[in-house]
Amino acid sequence: MADEAKSGGGLEFHPMDQFIVKPLFGEAGDAVHWYTVTNVTLWLALAILAVIGLLVLTTSKRAVVPSRGQSIAEMAYGFVYKMVEDVTGKDGLRYFPYIMTLFMFILCANFLGLIPMSFTTTSHIAVTAIMGFGVFFAVTILGFVKNGASFLSLFWVSSAPLPLRPILAVIEIISYFVRPVSHSIRLAGNMMAGHAVLKVFAGFAQVTAVAPVAILGVVAIYGLEVLVSAIQAYVFTILTCVYLKDALHPHH
Amino acid sequence: MATETTSAAEASAPGMPQLDVTTFGNQIFWLLLALVAIYFVLSRVALPRIAAILAERQGTITNDIAAAEDLKAKAEEAEAAYDKALADARAEAQRISAETKATIQADLDVAIAKADAEIAAKAAESEKAIAEIRAGAMEAVTEVAKNTAQEIVAVLGGKADAKSITSAVTARMKG
Repeated sequence: MADEAKSGGGLEFHPMDQFIVKPLFGEAGDAVHWYTVTNVTLWLALAILAVIGLLVLTTSKRAVVPSRGQSIAEMAYGFVYKMVEDVTGKDGLRYFPYIMTLFMFILCANFLGLIPMSFTTTSHIAVTAIMGFGVFFAVTILGFVKNGASFLSLFWVSSAPLPLRPILAVIEIISYFVRPVSHSIRLAGNMMAGHAVLKVFAGFAQVTAVAPVAILGVVAIYGLEVLVSAIQAYVFTILTCVYLKDALHPHH
Repeated sequence: MATETTSAAEASAPGMPQLDVTTFGNQIFWLLLALVAIYFVLSRVALPRIAAILAERQGTITNDIAAAEDLKAKAEEAEAAYDKALADARAEAQRISAETKATIQADLDVAIAKADAEIAAKAAESEKAIAEIRAGAMEAVTEVAKNTAQEIVAVLGGKADAKSITSAVTARMKG
């Protein structure tokens, strides 16, 4: 983006420029402090507005026979509610608002990121890691609070033969601590890779010979990205539910 | 966009902007703010509202189903009552019909019996009359036979007393 002027006729790829965090106001070179209003701020705010538009404005009529928008809100609610209930059981429904928050935020942020020239907040590892580790710590603390020391039986597979159990315990502990990493990298990686691929195909569109193919590729990848946006929001949410289930019912 | 690369972009230009640690604080701060905002919007407004809507709809559906079942039961009751009334009416009609038939039959029997008696009386009268006529005819025949026999005997030159002629005629008449 920044170097387009001097690129001349050659191919220019800047697939990663779209992920740069920069201040919304003031000079481009200004330092990014923690309080600086940046493009992150803008797109997070838009995500909040999208959530409000999707869940609050559509339901303002409280119609018994729902309108189209209200149906969407009810479907999103029912979808996550049923997921939490199916995976964690009835006692997991207390945490439904938190899980719904995560789902709606990731869903809206992913889809907002698909708008051309937009900034995808969920493509940043800083954002997804906060959510991933947030879920990890919340679930771990909740597990110990709910079950006390017996939460550790999560790592002691009592259905396995006794000699195997210590080995399994090591594997279980490693996999438990890898959870937040995979949880957050999966989302950020998917979003980042898809958007970068889109930019690469768009870069190829500069060459006349391959432009039609490149544009078809952009269309195809865009369709795939729409799918990935929804699926990654779903995957993040259902994994959160699975971890929550482990915290509430640690016994195998 | 400036043609000069910025310091932040320079730090991340060759690699991924995602790994530019200097922006982490900013992102984390605004993310936490956004998540808290969404959580409050959802838990205070959106989720209770949607839950209320769904509960209300469920209630409406349950009520409607109950009302429909009520009405169905009533309709079935009405149908049963109708069937019963129909059966009663049919039985009543049959009873009335049988009664009427019996009454008519009785009347008819009486009339037939009366008519039979009359016929019998008439027949007896007629027979009596016929017997009288026959008896009368017999006497006349006997008389004629006696006279004829007397005449015939007289013509033949015989002399016959009335007594023997009478006995002869009577004997013949019997035969």
